[in-house]
Amino acid sequence: MNATDFHTVLPEVILALYAMAALLVGVYAGKDKLTGVITWATAGLFVALAIWIGFKGEGVNPAFGGMFIDDAFARFVKVVVLLSAAGVLVMAQEHMASHDLGRFEYPILVTLAVVGMFFMVSAGDLMSLYLGLELQSLALYVVAAFRRDSAKSTEAGLKYFVLGSLSSGLLLYGASLVYGYAGTTLFSGILSTLGGEIPLGVLFGLVFVLTGLAFKVSAAPFHMWTPDVYEGAPTPVTAFFATAPKVAAMALIARVIYAAFGAIPAEWSQVLAALAVLSMFLGAVAAIGQRDIKRLMAYSSIAHMGYALVGLAAGTVEGVQAMLIYMAIYVTMNLGTFAFILSLEKNGQPVSDIASLNMFAKREPLKALAVLVLMFSLAGVPPMLGFFGKFYVLKAAVDAGMTWLALAGAVASVIGAFYYLRIVFFMYFGKDVEGADSKMAPVQWLMLVAVAAAMVLGVVNLFGIEPAAAFAAASLVG
Amino acid sequence: MSVADLAFYAFSTVTVAAGLLVTLSRNPVHSVLWLILAFLSAAGLFVLLGAEFVAMLLIIVYVGAVAVLFLFVVMMLDIDFAELKGEMVKYMPLGLLVGVIIIMQLVIGVGAWVQAEGALGLRAAVAPDLAQVENTRALGLLIYDKYLLLFQLAGLVLLVAMIGAIVLTLRHRKDVKRQNVLHQMWRDPAKAMELHDVKPGQGL
Repeated sequence: MNATDFHTVLPEVILALYAMAALLVGVYAGKDKLTGVITWATAGLFVALAIWIGFKGEGVNPAFGGMFIDDAFARFVKVVVLLSAAGVLVMAQEHMASHDLGRFEYPILVTLAVVGMFFMVSAGDLMSLYLGLELQSLALYVVAAFRRDSAKSTEAGLKYFVLGSLSSGLLLYGASLVYGYAGTTLFSGILSTLGGEIPLGVLFGLVFVLTGLAFKVSAAPFHMWTPDVYEGAPTPVTAFFATAPKVAAMALIARVIYAAFGAIPAEWSQVLAALAVLSMFLGAVAAIGQRDIKRLMAYSSIAHMGYALVGLAAGTVEGVQAMLIYMAIYVTMNLGTFAFILSLEKNGQPVSDIASLNMFAKREPLKALAVLVLMFSLAGVPPMLGFFGKFYVLKAAVDAGMTWLALAGAVASVIGAFYYLRIVFFMYFGKDVEGADSKMAPVQWLMLVAVAAAMVLGVVNLFGIEPAAAFAAASLVG
Repeated sequence: MSVADLAFYAFSTVTVAAGLLVTLSRNPVHSVLWLILAFLSAAGLFVLLGAEFVAMLLIIVYVGAVAVLFLFVVMMLDIDFAELKGEMVKYMPLGLLVGVIIIMQLVIGVGAWVQAEGALGLRAAVAPDLAQVENTRALGLLIYDKYLLLFQLAGLVLLVAMIGAIVLTLRHRKDVKRQNVLHQMWRDPAKAMELHDVKPGQGL
């Protein structure tokens, strides 16, 4: 431990100190007067840190004896996490304030969750992995139950907490098996002991660890909590759940399989492939029966996680790169979609029924067009950006010789297209009944239109994330 | 068999049995009492390992504070555990099936247990040499020096837990009379009290 170590974790230290300072200010000011200010300040800090991390950092900097690794991979994911968290905060601020949720603790809990995500993506040790994961999860459990007077929100928080603890238990059990074999919790140490014949105990450990992590990204068959939590939690919180934590947890899986278990790719590849196939099909099929747009987005996120896992299952540098590109695009699409869902209301009450979108195009042509672009992109219709995300992961799978996996992905994507297109159908050709209004704050409108425009314009060069993702993937797989 | 071996078997048998009874006993208060017994015998195991500081911590913190807190919480909960158990019976076959499968897998896994070649060396490399420093000091060196980052992270986790507990439960009730110390101190005795000279035979 020396000064360089602290310099490496400076962004994390800044975020943690900011959270504590904001907590003091909020408590001192009292009665949530400063909620708006703290929210905007938090988002501003996130963006500033994202710029700093994105442009300043270079090289691979392990700190604290290898427990914390700052490399291009971690930096890429951190920038995505910061920007998406900032986006969710600012676009939901007005919604929270007007729906009796404007409590100053929300941005602070989000900040602490982001600190946890930072430690997840930079984890170089089973212990820092676990603590980062718990820090993030605990903050998420609390914000899921943020509307404490609503039975559904409380249920969402409790369900998430109980099942999350169970998955943490599985993860810890797996970690203990791995430690029992390797005699060290450092990823680099575990990697050095693997090779040759793989003992059964390590395999069990690996499977348990992956199970615990699959729960956090809501990959089938560990997805049970997702629809209920997405539906029950307040919509701004759901928007947060569907973005930053997913990226961080997916990056954590990539980190664990390459940094700790990189010597046995055949073993984790089959586990990830099974998870991917199940998630893609379950997400596509189960969403068809959904009438609530938040539940629908939950199944949609399960399916999307399946595609990202296809990239990881390929086990190549291109696979990791495809996963990173996929997650960046997925998060952007979700930001736009949730900006729209947040704005839906009927007589001042938020609605999330799909039927309330009937003939929405007649009332709000521009917004309907933006949502159309987003839905096409989520479904993976060319030439939207979402298509390229899917194209990269499926191509990575084919290049790695897993053609069957790519075929399964293509089939699931066709099935999944049905429910995205049904929303578009309702908006343009639905029955003429009294539907929901879309009252948008300027930030939400900007977010929706900007994201929709990005989905179309991104075709040109993907905004340059492709070389950045390639560089990040190369630094992880090496 | 030496005395230490005998003590080890005694403590570990009691730990396992008490742990089993925590889950099996019908009365939750009894469960907590069994838990305390499990903590105590685990502390005995730590003493046998030569980690007397951890053993004392276990007794003072877990038995003295945590378990007693558990006891209070369980006593105050108004939950019909018999009803909950009745619900459980429905899912018992499935749960048993999953449990049996996992146990069988673990038996296979533990049966074929091997360690990596360098595992013992790696395990010993982390801790300070116990011949040089006593175990309390070694623990301090690990927690506050080598694993400082993890220690601070654990602190952040606790901070989130505290914020969460307050956010989800604290309510400012308007209908409760609160003590306002400043208000009390600023009260002027001259204005708070009035003296009247009441004449005999007349009211105020």
